[in-house]
Amino acid sequence: MSKEVKLFLGPNHPGMHGNSSVHLYVEGDTVVRARLVPGFLHRGFEKLMERRGWMQNLALIPRICVPEPDINEAVYAMAVEALSGTEVPERAQWIRMIILELARIASHLMALGGVGGSTGLYTISHWTLADRDRILDIFEKITGARIYHMYIVPGGVRKDLPEGIESEIVEFLDYIESRSDEFENLLLKNRIIRTRTEGLALLTREEALEIGVTGVGLRATGLPYDIRKIDPYAKYDSVVFDVPTATEGDAFARFTLKYYEMKQSIRILRQVIEKMPEGPVNAKISSGSALRWRVPEGTVYTHIESSRGEYGYFVVSDGGEKPYRINVRGASFPQGLYGVERLLAGTRIEDVALWLTTMDFCPPEIDR
Amino acid sequence: MSVYDGFKKTFWGPTVAWKRLFTKPVTIRVPQVYREAAERYRGFHVNDWDKCSGCGSCAKICPTDAIKMVPVDITVDIGKKAQRPAIDYGRCSFCGMCVDICTTGSLNMTREYIHISDDPDSFFFLPDETGIHHDTPPIGYSRDENSELLDLERVEMEELPGEERVQSFIEFVKGFSREQAIAEAARCVDCELCIDACPAKMDIPRYIESIFKNDTKEGIEWMYRTNPLPSVCGRVCTHKCETVCSIGNRGEPVAIRWLKRYLMDQEETEDVIKYAKEQEIVKKGSGRVAIVGGGPAGLSAAYYLSLMGHSVTIYESKEHAGGVMRYGIPRYRLPDEALDADIKIIEALGVKIEYGKTVGRDITIEHLHEKFDAVFLGTGFMKGRSTGVKGADSEGVLMAMPLLESIRDYLRGDSSKKPEVPESLIVIGGGNVAMDVARSVARLQKMEGMPVDVKVTCLESSDEMPADLEEIVEGREEGIKYFPSRGPKEVSLKDGKVHGLSTIACTAVFDNDGRFNPRFDESDESMIEGRMIVEAIGQAPDYGYLPESIREKVQFIRGRILVNEKGQTDLPWLFAGGDIVNGPDIIHGVADGHKAAVGIDEYLSREVKL
Repeated sequence: MSKEVKLFLGPNHPGMHGNSSVHLYVEGDTVVRARLVPGFLHRGFEKLMERRGWMQNLALIPRICVPEPDINEAVYAMAVEALSGTEVPERAQWIRMIILELARIASHLMALGGVGGSTGLYTISHWTLADRDRILDIFEKITGARIYHMYIVPGGVRKDLPEGIESEIVEFLDYIESRSDEFENLLLKNRIIRTRTEGLALLTREEALEIGVTGVGLRATGLPYDIRKIDPYAKYDSVVFDVPTATEGDAFARFTLKYYEMKQSIRILRQVIEKMPEGPVNAKISSGSALRWRVPEGTVYTHIESSRGEYGYFVVSDGGEKPYRINVRGASFPQGLYGVERLLAGTRIEDVALWLTTMDFCPPEIDR
Repeated sequence: MSVYDGFKKTFWGPTVAWKRLFTKPVTIRVPQVYREAAERYRGFHVNDWDKCSGCGSCAKICPTDAIKMVPVDITVDIGKKAQRPAIDYGRCSFCGMCVDICTTGSLNMTREYIHISDDPDSFFFLPDETGIHHDTPPIGYSRDENSELLDLERVEMEELPGEERVQSFIEFVKGFSREQAIAEAARCVDCELCIDACPAKMDIPRYIESIFKNDTKEGIEWMYRTNPLPSVCGRVCTHKCETVCSIGNRGEPVAIRWLKRYLMDQEETEDVIKYAKEQEIVKKGSGRVAIVGGGPAGLSAAYYLSLMGHSVTIYESKEHAGGVMRYGIPRYRLPDEALDADIKIIEALGVKIEYGKTVGRDITIEHLHEKFDAVFLGTGFMKGRSTGVKGADSEGVLMAMPLLESIRDYLRGDSSKKPEVPESLIVIGGGNVAMDVARSVARLQKMEGMPVDVKVTCLESSDEMPADLEEIVEGREEGIKYFPSRGPKEVSLKDGKVHGLSTIACTAVFDNDGRFNPRFDESDESMIEGRMIVEAIGQAPDYGYLPESIREKVQFIRGRILVNEKGQTDLPWLFAGGDIVNGPDIIHGVADGHKAAVGIDEYLSREVKL
């Protein structure tokens, strides 16, 4: 007769991505049931936003996603612009694409490093984090900060690009491309990783659609769902890129798609740097000082493609100086909550961390 | 194609990592190696204390409440506060919005990013220009036009163009619409520097906030706490508030004066009367107070005294109340209707105004003293000063105040006697009164179908002219010519009539100690042609109504009456305020009237107790 044992994965656990906990009910080495226990991170982001001005929120929103904060800034800015009817200058749109695509590469690098970490092959995570640091250097030069940039603001971007940054970005793109052979050998062709991840954490298209998984989770089931193509924002309709898909729907397919997407991001960035026009980079969303900016009454949902899927902000304004209500659609909310509770069962204990990593489990997006 | 096919499994593949054994590490050794931060890095703050005005906008925008304004032991001018921002680095998110909104540009961030200390207090840091470690690190993040969080440009006030407005005495500033006023109010950062600068200490940020919230009733109530003449001050105040407005450091100050006018334009006088009565200071006083002179100071004192419950009688020598507001300031700047509205509100509180009663002629001060418990003097500066140059007593040389009065009487219809309109006019003086004369006569000339021929000459250079810049600019638009840095020497006469003014160059108006002591260059003499001359070099009080017995007991300092901080003279029952105490300025009059009202109320309560 088997005996059910309860194990806590997190909030303090090397296999957990952030302050959240998954309670595992295991029989032998296999998970029978799993329960997500959020609340360790809860800072009430959405509620706090109702108490801050439209501009002040910019210091808060990036914190909903640590590895890729810029998506929050961009989607919030887009929402506020839509409500206030602000026309964002063209150059600002292109600069936003630079930031967003660099952030996507940085986030994907971190995720690939996570695969290495969850399989015990730490060389990969050292490499990806070191390369991500080069992106942070570029961010530091453009925005003045490494992690929380607070750079994409409603109306455009906060400052124009510093002189000569384009060549540094190209240099970085060349560098990261030169490393593809090493990454492929260490990660994608690696027998250990292949054995651990092929067939793991299977997600069918039906399940993905039912619980609302987007991003590589959905694309790994063969559906080319990418907001950049479906509802282009910034200037994504002016650049050429592909949406990589796979049909396997397993852990390996998902992070391999991330690797492919990095290549597409590099492709996009090269085009952006070539096509980017000169011009103004900021249009104010309202007259008056930022303490008294008002946004007209209205309701809007804006969404963008984050590294983990569709990331959206639902913003309600009552015409005041602060948002009336904001709801964040965290990209990993479906797989983080429903996925863990419905799909994690059947996974072996040692694969749970890998399951979470490749499913893009990100607690702040669930616990916001 | 399956993603599995894209990459063939290898056994030896991962050995590519081995070659990295022989490359240099990408990490750096800290602290042996110091990594320079990027040029825009948002590190620890620096603040130039000389520039900083202590406005506190940084603390207001701070999203994490990391900035506190801390009182500091420094002496500051009006328009600055003796407080500086201190930053709690336990809370700071290094977003840099404090830098973007800084009204003076004194606050910046450095490229310094390491601070290690076992003293927790060192993380609550009052930045000066040397930075957290006092080594003046290089500046990192600073504001530019894209990151700007202030609105530096005013909402444009609609005005009649120069050619059109000079055709008549119609008020040419049209006033804000609701949308414009709210947009202008949104520019305010609520720093309260203006309160310190305002003689009446008006709660300016509060009524601007009321405008922003579109609550005119609340705004009017805020104004009436400190100023019962908002329609007037909303048009012609010297707006010292705007001079110190922190937005004015880098842009155009908030149009506080026009916002004040906007509030009064919005509401019917009957409604304002209701709001004006709903003031907190209402008390049950029972004294009887006489006020000599129905100008700004007298009206202000009357308003607050009657709110306090005292019965007030104003003795006004002329047919209308208002003093300089009625008989000095031209109609195109302050229409009678605006003044009437303010006075009607004050009268509605029960203030009695005895028109045409001149104290000293119709009734004596001693009589007032007997009849009333206290007397307030607000008789103003209504007498002109003369240059005293040769020929200044000729027929075609006039004083500014009587001329302005006759023009206003004529325009109002009180006087059928049309003021004489010269074909060309010379105005001596560079202040606002000189501009009033010049621009009034220019209008009269136009109305007579003559071309504008008005020349303004003054001792001061064009940069030093005491008149408001907008007056000078608008005057120029209306066709007025300026002859600055000239001193009058002699009125030139031809056949006994004024023909022109001969002037000499004025090299300096003030001496090194800042005292009025003009110096002239006699060799540089020139003639300004004109058929009439108006002297507008300042006004003086006329104390003819004060009998010798009272003058002996009251102290005068350079023509002004000495009072204590409650407006009380050396005679306990006699109070004074306005021009005769503080010099010519409406808002000072309002402030003095308020102060004296409080003083009189205190004096009367004490009397009753004794």
